Amino acid sequence: MAEREQVRRSGTEREEEAEEVSTQSAASSDKLKAEIDDILDEIDEVLEDNAEEFVRNYVQKGGE
Amino acid sequence: MAVAKVLGIETEYGITVPGVPEANPITASSSLINGYLAQLAGRTSWDFVDESPGQDARGFSVDTGGNIELETHLVNAVLTNGARLYVDHAHPEYSSPECRTPREATLYDKAGEEVMRRAMAGVAALNPHGPAIVVYKNNSDRKGNSYGCHENYLMDRQVPFGRIVTELVPFFVTRQIVVGAGKVGSEAPGVSIREVPFQLSQRADFFEEEVGLETTLKRPIINTRDEPHSDSQRFRRLHVILGDANLSEVATWLKLGTTAMVLAMIEDGELEDLGISIVDPVGSLRRLSWDPTLKATVTLADGRTMRGLDVQWAYRERAERWLDRFGGEALGGDDEAHAILEEWTDVLGTLERDPMSLADRLDWVAKWSLVQGYMERHHLDITDARIAALDLQYHDVRPERSLQRRLRMRRLTTDEEVARATTEPPPSTRAYFRGRCLARFPSQVAAANWDSMIFDVGSDPLRRVPMMDPLRGTKELVGTLLESVGSVDELLEALGA
Repeated sequence: MAEREQVRRSGTEREEEAEEVSTQSAASSDKLKAEIDDILDEIDEVLEDNAEEFVRNYVQKGGE
Repeated sequence: MAVAKVLGIETEYGITVPGVPEANPITASSSLINGYLAQLAGRTSWDFVDESPGQDARGFSVDTGGNIELETHLVNAVLTNGARLYVDHAHPEYSSPECRTPREATLYDKAGEEVMRRAMAGVAALNPHGPAIVVYKNNSDRKGNSYGCHENYLMDRQVPFGRIVTELVPFFVTRQIVVGAGKVGSEAPGVSIREVPFQLSQRADFFEEEVGLETTLKRPIINTRDEPHSDSQRFRRLHVILGDANLSEVATWLKLGTTAMVLAMIEDGELEDLGISIVDPVGSLRRLSWDPTLKATVTLADGRTMRGLDVQWAYRERAERWLDRFGGEALGGDDEAHAILEEWTDVLGTLERDPMSLADRLDWVAKWSLVQGYMERHHLDITDARIAALDLQYHDVRPERSLQRRLRMRRLTTDEEVARATTEPPPSTRAYFRGRCLARFPSQVAAANWDSMIFDVGSDPLRRVPMMDPLRGTKELVGTLLESVGSVDELLEALGA
């Protein structure tokens, strides 16, 4: 019983928290999107030239 | 009362020799480590006397044979930061020094990446016309071969192992929604990329048991290896093989911080009545990993179903109560413990509302954002080789090639701190004594181990200094002595060894 009460209480807290930060989160979300777009602009210069061969040759022996 | 969560991470790095696909990975790993060591003045070999990977926490022992030890003798070094750098099977491995706080352990994990970068440069310097060696901080080659990133936590021996299992498994099954490193497709037998285009964890596909001693086959969620590397009457070292190698500093810190907190809660009896027991933990681990929408649920023994996030919230609620009651000393102090709890809460809340906005903090989200963005931009299918390449290159340790680095994710460290941590030990564990002895008397340290040092003082027999308590040998306890003595003889005399 105590367990269930606690879960419910935290649910309400979470909603309140969510409202508070939703505006600020939207702004940072846009900024992130823009940053990822920037990386996508330059990613082809960084990605290995022959993707297929690179992926095929990436073989590891097991470890641990 | 919870014991100090002395902790650290061992990472096996992926290794390739571009243009030489037939290159022997053991030779390449040895060359890499030699490349690093060549830049250093001296080197010390590791002492295997007390290694017993076959010792099982459930109270029996398995003969592991001699092969592994033979192989690891190839190249094996102790660094002045207290870490161990060696060849493990077919991988270069960096075992961080013992740290006192999750934040410190995060720094020393990042220092491992810097060691690898310098090792690559060392290879190029030794052999300017030879092939380069490139390392990746990931856990799978996307072809069904996995290699580990193991965490270690000091625990109180008095807590029955069975209780650790019961109270820890639900946390372990679900923590990947925060700290998974992300992977395109699945390597579980018979599961196609159509069914699982992207998943949270690198490792979930490879786990087959709930509890066990193995690390290379039939991998268990809870590993029972019982090698405390300390006083076995007082301590156990929980060896965690479940995790992914994280690039994100926030994810690494949360992985260490929340796990250390849950372990301290178990020791303090805070979770004895948590009442969450997951039916089919292994299947649940995969199902959660395979669902980046985070809607997948686990079934509990009492018939309820919960999302992974719900289970994490339940642990978080208890963590708050535990912190109020017991304080954060087990995690290195109240500030650290409260900061972890705050970040954990914020991340769980953001995962509820807008998971993709965590692209600057969590590895799986960052990678998934890149994959989706790249697919949209070029109208690619998830099966395109460029997506697979992107998946691997997220983990490339070279700064100019690392996709993770380009994302400019939130940092907890600075480049200067990381560089310093490659040579200077953490001050607050026995790693300080190990590292400083090596720095001051490199030619007289005959061998080092986690729990002892062996000195060569000339004509006398070798002298062994035991370090059975991870919290002794700190800067506070031996710093002044270590810097004031003029020789190993003086040091040993002062220590009474």
